[in-house]
Amino acid sequence: MAEVSVRKVVKEYDGGVQAVKGIDLDIADHEFVVLVGPSGCGKSTTLRMIAGLEEITSGEIWIDGDVVNDVPPRDRDIAMVFQNYALYPHMSVFDNMAFGLKLRKFPKDEIKRRVDEAARILDIVPLLDRKPRALSGGQRQRVAMGRAIVRNPKVFLFDEPLSNLDAKLRVQMRTEIKKVHQTVRTTTVYVTHDQIEAMTLADRVVVMNHGVIEQVGTPNDLYHHPATRFVAGFIGSPAMNFMPCRVQDGANGGLDVRVSDSIIVPIPPARVDRYGKFKGKNMVLGLRPEHLFEYHEQGKPGWSRVEMLVDVVEPMGMETMVHYFVDGAPICARVDPATHAAPGEMMPLTADLNQMHLMEPDTGKVV
Amino acid sequence: MSATVAERRIAVAAHRKNSLHRQRQWALYGSYAALAVFVFMFLVPPFYTLMTSLKSSAEISAQTGSPWLVKHPTLENFWYLITYPNFQRYYMNSVIVTILTVSVSMVISVLAAFSLSRMGFWGSQLLSTGVFLTYLVPPSLLFIPLFQIIGSLGLINNFWCLVLLYPTLAVPFCTWIMIGYFSSIPKELDEAALIDGAGYLQMLWKIFIPVAMPGIIAATIFAFTVSWGAFLYPLAYLYTSNQMVLTVGIISDLIRGDVFQWGKIMAACLLASLPPIVIYAFLMDYYVAGLTAGATKG
Repeated sequence: MAEVSVRKVVKEYDGGVQAVKGIDLDIADHEFVVLVGPSGCGKSTTLRMIAGLEEITSGEIWIDGDVVNDVPPRDRDIAMVFQNYALYPHMSVFDNMAFGLKLRKFPKDEIKRRVDEAARILDIVPLLDRKPRALSGGQRQRVAMGRAIVRNPKVFLFDEPLSNLDAKLRVQMRTEIKKVHQTVRTTTVYVTHDQIEAMTLADRVVVMNHGVIEQVGTPNDLYHHPATRFVAGFIGSPAMNFMPCRVQDGANGGLDVRVSDSIIVPIPPARVDRYGKFKGKNMVLGLRPEHLFEYHEQGKPGWSRVEMLVDVVEPMGMETMVHYFVDGAPICARVDPATHAAPGEMMPLTADLNQMHLMEPDTGKVV
Repeated sequence: MSATVAERRIAVAAHRKNSLHRQRQWALYGSYAALAVFVFMFLVPPFYTLMTSLKSSAEISAQTGSPWLVKHPTLENFWYLITYPNFQRYYMNSVIVTILTVSVSMVISVLAAFSLSRMGFWGSQLLSTGVFLTYLVPPSLLFIPLFQIIGSLGLINNFWCLVLLYPTLAVPFCTWIMIGYFSSIPKELDEAALIDGAGYLQMLWKIFIPVAMPGIIAATIFAFTVSWGAFLYPLAYLYTSNQMVLTVGIISDLIRGDVFQWGKIMAACLLASLPPIVIYAFLMDYYVAGLTAGATKG
């Protein structure tokens, strides 16, 4: 087990395209770090550079206190799980898992002990004699994880390992991965484009976009205190609502946020100082769907009543998503399924402004 | 009213179903007809060869009755060849040349294809195309310059020259086949092997060769066919019986002047066809497509 450091790492492909633009990241021993971001953000390239499968254009990668820029993958003592499993099709599950150990000339008894132990952890003992083609997608992915575990490497690298599984199996395997990490405690770098995977698995999440790190933080940090509009929109499902607005004088020396002629809401007093300097400026109001819900007569401080014209209603059983348009901006609210909502009708809602975010429209920075 | 509409819909659906059924039936008849022509064209020559090989020289020269039927079948032609020392020598020479050609060609092709398809060095794409282009040069253009090379090596009238020459025919195409197979193996398999601790040769030996076995078998069959059936080079470079291989041995030994020993020639052809048939039948069992199933998502 080891620490991993990425220092000013740049990856530039032929033709001058920069996939990774000088990122810095320190991953502690035993930590589970998830790199998340949209396609083409550089997360997989970063992982592959840590693995040694991609050369680094400039910068340094450290594993367990050593610079590994010029160290081949096999000497980095890492194990990787691929999106499409990459199992050796002509080998049994046992041989797949034992392959790395055999190449490293481990004694047969030790190989058997390690494979059996990993198979027990992953619940694949009955599959050890089967070939990969006789396994389901979930079983194949477990074998791929088993191949990583038996090596007992310094670092686990996961490259979108659940993307090929169906939704139900993905949730199940997500739990398995978390369980395995709790058992073996190996430093893990995990790449995904699925923010739910990132939030549920990670000790820390690294949000990447266009080859740079937008924000690093715990899942709670990213959810409650996003640094940029990109992070605010990427983390959370459904995504945060963004409404162009203007900060203006309110009642009793306070401030209001004016979203439209009909939606003018007071900023909670605790935030007046923070937002005071943006008075008279055009900003973007960010409010998550879960902070826009059915209207309650007895509100709390910071709750405001707003009314919007219902566009689409999506009942989901435990909750209902209601979609609106405010001055052309799509808005989503997460309301109690018992609430009456019909397309074409005005609907009263509560906006919990204690959870609001205010962003600069040009930089996207959350203020 | 609504009942009439429903009935009409059912009738239209039934009509569509019938026409689809009829179309499929016609496609089936067409396939059978095409296959019958194909089978007829390809099986008639071997059948004629077999019939002639079972006739005595007297029956062949009598020219009475149908040439497609045998009146007095005999194995004398086969027995003659089996006990004929020259024929045994041709057979042995062909076997030696073929085994060596196939081995040399496959080693070169597999190594070349692996490096060209997986190691991604500068110019590998150009080289891959170049390898295939060499296959397009007809052997009849090459045998005169090759005669000089073989002569300078002192290998004229020595069947070992064929072990040098046949790979020039087999390697380009085998390499091309193997490049295709190796390229179809998911890149992640190399990467997994690299991370597991394999070097390039270990990766080739332990992962690529087993996974690409159908391709290797296809290439082996091709190299075997090239070597076993080649006619031009042995005709040009070998002229004594002790060095000849089957293809030239049969015609030079069984055609004397204007005397064609048809029965023996046909029997020799059938005996010479045996190894390819046996090898094809044996290797086809192992030619299991889709060996890569399960390697990756799919």
